[in-house]
Amino acid sequence: MAKPLHEPGVVVDDYRLEELAHSGGMATLWRVSRPGVTMPLLMKVPRIGEGADPAAIVSFEMEQMILPRLTGVHVPKFVAAGDFAAQPYIVMEAIPGQTLLPRLPELPLPDAEVAKIGAKIAMALDDLHRQHVVHLDIKPSNIMFRPTGEAVLLDYGLSHHFRLPDLMQEEFRLPFGTAPYMSPEQLRGIRNDPRSDLFALGVLLYFFSTGVRPFGESETLRGMRRRLWRDPVPPRGLRGDYPPWLQEIVLRCLEIEPAWRYPTAAQLAFDLSHPTQVKLTKRSEQLKHDPLTTVLRRRFNQEATRPRTKQALAAQLSSAPIIAVAIDLAEGSAALNDALRTTAGRILATLPAARLACLNVLKQGRLTIDFTLDEQGHNRQIDRLVGLRHWAEPLKLQEPRLTVHVLEAVDPAAAILEFAQANRIDHILIGARQSSLMRTLLGSVSAKVAAEALCTVTVVRPNLTAEKEKPSSADDSGLSSTG
Amino acid sequence: MLIALFADIHANRQAFSACLAQARDQGAERIVLLGDYVGYGADPEWAVTTVMELVDKGAVAVLGNHDSAVANSREQMNLEAQIAIEWTRGVLGASQRKFLAGLPLFENDGERLYVHSEASSPASWTYVTSTLEAARSITATSAQIGFCGHIHQPAVYSMSATAKMTAFTPTTGAAVPLLQGRRWLVVLGSVGQPRDGNPAASYAMLDTDKRELTYCRAAYDIEQAAAAIRKKGLPVWLANRLFLGR
Repeated sequence: MAKPLHEPGVVVDDYRLEELAHSGGMATLWRVSRPGVTMPLLMKVPRIGEGADPAAIVSFEMEQMILPRLTGVHVPKFVAAGDFAAQPYIVMEAIPGQTLLPRLPELPLPDAEVAKIGAKIAMALDDLHRQHVVHLDIKPSNIMFRPTGEAVLLDYGLSHHFRLPDLMQEEFRLPFGTAPYMSPEQLRGIRNDPRSDLFALGVLLYFFSTGVRPFGESETLRGMRRRLWRDPVPPRGLRGDYPPWLQEIVLRCLEIEPAWRYPTAAQLAFDLSHPTQVKLTKRSEQLKHDPLTTVLRRRFNQEATRPRTKQALAAQLSSAPIIAVAIDLAEGSAALNDALRTTAGRILATLPAARLACLNVLKQGRLTIDFTLDEQGHNRQIDRLVGLRHWAEPLKLQEPRLTVHVLEAVDPAAAILEFAQANRIDHILIGARQSSLMRTLLGSVSAKVAAEALCTVTVVRPNLTAEKEKPSSADDSGLSSTG
Repeated sequence: MLIALFADIHANRQAFSACLAQARDQGAERIVLLGDYVGYGADPEWAVTTVMELVDKGAVAVLGNHDSAVANSREQMNLEAQIAIEWTRGVLGASQRKFLAGLPLFENDGERLYVHSEASSPASWTYVTSTLEAARSITATSAQIGFCGHIHQPAVYSMSATAKMTAFTPTTGAAVPLLQGRRWLVVLGSVGQPRDGNPAASYAMLDTDKRELTYCRAAYDIEQAAAAIRKKGLPVWLANRLFLGR
């Protein structure tokens, strides 16, 4: 063993200990520096040796495996790891600022702010889940924000990586996690369901918007197990003016059965970012928690609430994509719109948890001043929304699967790309405009979207083989998006 | 150093050729062969000759139960395996039989141990089906990382400093770090007769510098391998199961 890490000034493998940043039960965190490195660095050193919690070593091993495999803005950048046989440590990027923990005295926060924070965390979770990791310890002290706004998730010591051995799984009999935030399935020892993170986020949203923890602070297993059958008091029962849309989202996250929660973090982020589009169900109206009969049924008929067959993370994520379809509402787009509907219908039919976002772009002139009302006094935004719903009607989608959006932009392709990125769209369907003077002059929207999107793009054409001989009559001087 | 590890080739020429070619493309610098070169498949002569050539060039090879059964008819086997081994016995030449008979039951290689079935009693040909057998194998030697085959299903077991076991089914292509501070038993899938539901040939690559293990799959001409089995008059299930990976 190397010299114990106890004081500032000690140098470990070129990293100089500057200042103790945090001292926890499982590990200590030091601010460290290294010549030639400008990024602020943090060194995590596990508490090992006599009398240490054996979980400290295992959770450190997990983090040492998982962190180097993660990329992107939502995780601290991995820098180096120390040899376990000599001096175990992990050096990572130090994220500036504070976690969400110091904000607890300010609770409850305004609803809009809670939704904004929640959407950012859900985005980060979506990114993490797509990297094959379930965090399993989402709570205020593990969440930070970059100066650019993105949420950063800290501490992977309790996480599960689908492609790495789960050392926590068989090491400990008791469930590991943070009591108030732990999902019912985690209490049962299930560690591979990404929807456990959505439950923890639901607890955080409930707490941040009401100032009350939905399941209290009980640390005893008995107290924690209550959540296997007892649902929390609906936020509206605590606060009469609590918005129904937020209650709908929060209670859906807190569903006891994972299958009744959001299927993916991306879908949760979508709802948190579009409150007016949230489909309100009975959940949004509840003022009291479930009647005793329901609770007793849950409690004594465990079979009914028993965890279902474990679904692989990848399968879970890919079965619930968000699909965006760009619809041109201009005259002469009927054939193309039919083709888009057919394509969308094919995809949605195979994926019952997928949702569809219908987009239309209200094009703004670069120089002209645009009015919301047209010459006839119609509200163009509302006309477009109605038009999109009309387009989608034959798909017969149940409400929560369908949303409609009118984007206002100078550049339709840029607007579609931005929407796709901001909302974690998995697949864009867009029509190819027929050859026309406009396309020659302005370039093709679909070509730009297909070339620049970060997700899959399907360019749809009506099947025109039968009409090939006819001259094209489609003229798209309309204001809308696709082409 | 990059080590390519192959187990349970079972005289499947098409599968082993595909694995060797793919491992060479991946930059394999050393080859480890974990036994059962013959049995089940149609090309035992080719398989043993290839293994002999590889060993000549520095590869490590240990004995498998089917290899042992060639010289030793008392090895207990199921009926199909027995029919295949009896046929194999007649096909192999004297030098090949001698080579198989001379293979060691296990081989130490620094912190690594290579064995066909498991390390506590290599000649008993016990299957490692759970953490129980894995723990027995790990504690039987002082090796940090043990490698075995025999069961035809990939798995990675680890034992912590406090002797707690974990089991893990690896994902193809995803590197698994074999952390220091715990001991490991790496169970390989089969080259010549996969039984984990994936018919592609299975092997693994170990990066000794990074201490990372990657399970690999190689697609091969199953049609041809199966046709050869049928042509030799071996039990038809031995051909059919190749398509299923069962």
